[in-house]
Amino acid sequence: MKFLLAGQPNSGKSTIFNAIAGYRSATANFPGSSVSYTLSRALIHGREVDVVDLPGMYSLTSSSPEAGEAVHFVAEEDWDLIINVLDASRLERSLELTLQLLQLGRPMVVALNMMDEAERHGMKVDVEALSEELGVPVVATIGRRGQGLKALFRVALQTAHCAAPTGTGCFDKEVATAVAKVRVLLEEAGYKSRIPMALTATKVLELDPHFRAKVLEAAPETEAAIDAIIADLQEVHGWSADQVVSGCRHAMAHTIWEKVGELGRPKVGWRERVDRLLLHPVTGGPLMVVILAGVFFLVFGVGQRLEAPLVAWFDALQAMIEGRFPLETLVGSLLSGIFMGVAGGLTIVLPYLLPFLLALAVLEDSGYLPRMAYILDNLMHRIGLHGKSVLPLILGYGCSVPAIMATRILESRRDRRITAALAAFIPCSARTIVIYGLVAAYLGPLWALGIYVLNLVVIMVIGRVLSRFLEGRSPGLILEIPNLAVPSPETLLAKTWLSLKEFLIIAWPVLVVSSLVLSLLEWAGAGGVVNQALAPLTVWTLGLPVAVGMTLIFGILRKELTLVMLVQALGTNQLDEVMTTVQLVVFTLFVVFYVPCVATVAAMARELGWKDTAWISGLTVVVALVLSLAGRLVFTVI
Amino acid sequence: MTLDTVGVLHRSRVIFIEGGQGVRSHLNTLGIHVGDCLEVVERAPFRGPVLVQVNGTRLALGRGVARRVRVEPAETFRPVAGSVITEAG
Ligand SMILES: Nc1nc2c(ncn2[C@@H]2O[C@H](COP(=O)(O)OP(=O)(O)OP(=O)(O)O)[C@@H](O)[C@H]2O)c(=O)[nH]1
Ligand SMILES: [Mg+2]
Repeated sequence: MKFLLAGQPNSGKSTIFNAIAGYRSATANFPGSSVSYTLSRALIHGREVDVVDLPGMYSLTSSSPEAGEAVHFVAEEDWDLIINVLDASRLERSLELTLQLLQLGRPMVVALNMMDEAERHGMKVDVEALSEELGVPVVATIGRRGQGLKALFRVALQTAHCAAPTGTGCFDKEVATAVAKVRVLLEEAGYKSRIPMALTATKVLELDPHFRAKVLEAAPETEAAIDAIIADLQEVHGWSADQVVSGCRHAMAHTIWEKVGELGRPKVGWRERVDRLLLHPVTGGPLMVVILAGVFFLVFGVGQRLEAPLVAWFDALQAMIEGRFPLETLVGSLLSGIFMGVAGGLTIVLPYLLPFLLALAVLEDSGYLPRMAYILDNLMHRIGLHGKSVLPLILGYGCSVPAIMATRILESRRDRRITAALAAFIPCSARTIVIYGLVAAYLGPLWALGIYVLNLVVIMVIGRVLSRFLEGRSPGLILEIPNLAVPSPETLLAKTWLSLKEFLIIAWPVLVVSSLVLSLLEWAGAGGVVNQALAPLTVWTLGLPVAVGMTLIFGILRKELTLVMLVQALGTNQLDEVMTTVQLVVFTLFVVFYVPCVATVAAMARELGWKDTAWISGLTVVVALVLSLAGRLVFTVI
Repeated sequence: MTLDTVGVLHRSRVIFIEGGQGVRSHLNTLGIHVGDCLEVVERAPFRGPVLVQVNGTRLALGRGVARRVRVEPAETFRPVAGSVITEAG
C-alpha cells in the first residue's frame, strides 16, 4: 500500500513524514524545503505501508520544477491514498489545492496541521464540519509535537479501503457548463487518461500548459473547439479563463472557510514584534548583518574551544605511536596514515562542522531565510537575479549539493543556471573548515571574515557577468513569508545529525583511506612525482610548498580532506611554522574557489547537464587561479 | 494605480493582474485574485520588494511583480483579525 503526503509548501508534510519514517526528509521553515520526493516504508498499526513525502505544490499546476515533480507523481504514479496536509492557519488558501485533489476521485484524508499556529492567530476550525463539507475524513494534527499523527494514520488505513469520495463542490454555472462541454469533447475524441476527465477539463480551461499539451497531443483535432469554449468563458466573465476558474475555486474555498472557521483576536506576541524589526526598512538590513556576523563569530568561538583540547590530546597520542613505530617502516607509515585520517576527522573537521551545521539549522528553522530573500531582493536584482535565489545560495554554505538541487524552486531556467553556478562558489561547510581552521586559527577571525566578504564580492561580479551572457527572462520575486518560529531542539539535532551522518559515513572513511594512500605514496616516494608534476601550479605560480600538490588533488574528492591532508603532507600541526602568511592566504583562496568536489559536479550535471557543468567547473579554476595569484601579488608588494 | 505605489498599511482591492498566464496563475495560487483585498505591510527601501498581507498569508512581491497588480483603494475598514476578507468574484 502506498500513501502520498501532498499539500501546499511549508504545511508540514516532511515533519509528519519524519515522525513515522525517522528523520530522513529535510524540513525547514520556508516554502520549497523539499525539492524531490522521499519514499520510506513504515510500519503503521502493524501494516507495512510505503509513504511518500512530496515537494510542496500550491496548485495541481506545475509552475516550477519541484512542484512539477509533485504534480507528476500525483497524476502518473500508482498510489492508494493521499494524505493532504493543510496549514490550518492558512486554511482558506490551502483548501484551493484540496478542492483540486478531491477532483482526482481517489481515497483521501485531510491532515489539518499547525493547529497551534491557527490558535495563535485566533482561528477556530470546526473539524467535523470541515469533514462534512469535503466529504473526506479530517484529522487535526500538530506535526511538530507529533500530536494527532496516530489518529491520522489510523484513519488513513481505514480510508484506504473505503470507496473514494464522490468529488465535492460545484463551480458556478458557466464554469460547470464549460467543464462539461470540454469533457464531452474529450470523451468524443476518445481521450484516455488516468486522471478523471472532469479534472483534465478543468485544467485545460485553466490554460495549464502541461494538461493542454497532453490533451492536444492525444487529440489534436479538439484544439479549435476547446479554444472556442475558453473564449466563451472569457466573454461571459470578462476575465481570462484561468482567472475565472481559479477565482471560482477561490470562492468555493471561501464559502467552506466561512462555514467551518471562525476568527477571533490574533495574539500579538514577541515573535510579531521581532518580525517587524527584522523586516523594517531601516532596521532590517543592519540586523541581517549583525545576525550573520554573530553566526560567524559564534561558530569560530565554539569551534576553537572544541579544537584546542582535542588537538593537544591527539598530538600526545601521535607522538606515542611514532615512538613505537617509526615512520620509516612500512607499519609505522600505515599506522600513521590511518591515525591521521581518524584524528583529522575528529580534531580538524568536527569542531567547526558541528557548530556550523547547528547554526545553519537554526537559520533555516526559524524562518529567517525567506526574510533574507525579501531584504536582499534588491541587491540580487543588481546581479540579474531576484530574492528567491538567496535560499539556494545560503543553503550552499552547508553543502553545495542540496544548494544546487534547491535551485529547482526558481521558476525560470536562466535563474536556475546562474544560481547553480554561483552556489558552486559559495564556500560549503567543508571549505569553511579550511577558512576557520587555517586562516581564522592562524591569522585571526577578521582575516577569515575578509575571505567571506571577498567571496561575496566575487560572486556578485560573476553573477553580473553571467546574467549579461545568459539569455532568458527572470519573473521576479513571488515568495510566501512563513511565520517566525522557535526551532525545536529535537529537530535541530535531528537535522544536524542528518548532515553529520553524511560526513561520518561517507567523508570520514574516504578521509581515512586517502590518508592511508597518501602515507603509502610518501613511503614509496611516489608522492613526490605527483607533487613535482603539479609544481608549475603550486610552486611557480602560487608560491606554495611543493607538498600541497597532493592535497589539492584529494580535495576534489571531498573538500574536507584538504586541511587534514595538508597537515599530513607538511608533517606538522603548527602550519604557521612551515607556511608564511601569504602562503596560508593564497592556499585558502585557491581551495575556496577551485573546482567543487565530485559530488557537487555530479549534482550539477544532473540538474543542468554536462555542458553547463563543464564551463562552470572551468570557470571556478580560472577564478581560483586569478584570485590566489592576485592575492600573492598584493601581499608580496605590501 | 499599481500595487508598488501603495503606501504602507493602506488597504486596496485588486482590479486587474497584468502579464502572462504564468505570473497570473502563480499569484492566483498564492492567494491574490482579482477582487481580493490586500494590505501593504512593509515596503523595502531603494525600490525593493513589497510585503503584502492577503487572505491570511504574507507574500513578498518584487517591485516588477507588484507593478503588474492594478489596485484601487479599498475602504479602510479593518476586520477583527486583520487577515481574512475576500470578495471573491
Ligand atoms: N507550529 C507548528 N509548526 C510546525 C508544525 N508542523 C511542522 N511545523 C514546522 O513547519 C516548518 C515546515 O515544515 P516542513 O515539514 O518542512 O514542511 P513541508 O510541507 O515539508 O514543506 P515543503 O517541503 O517546503 O513543501 C518546519 O519548520 C516545521 O518544524 C505544526 O504542527 N505546528
Ligand atoms: Mg518538505
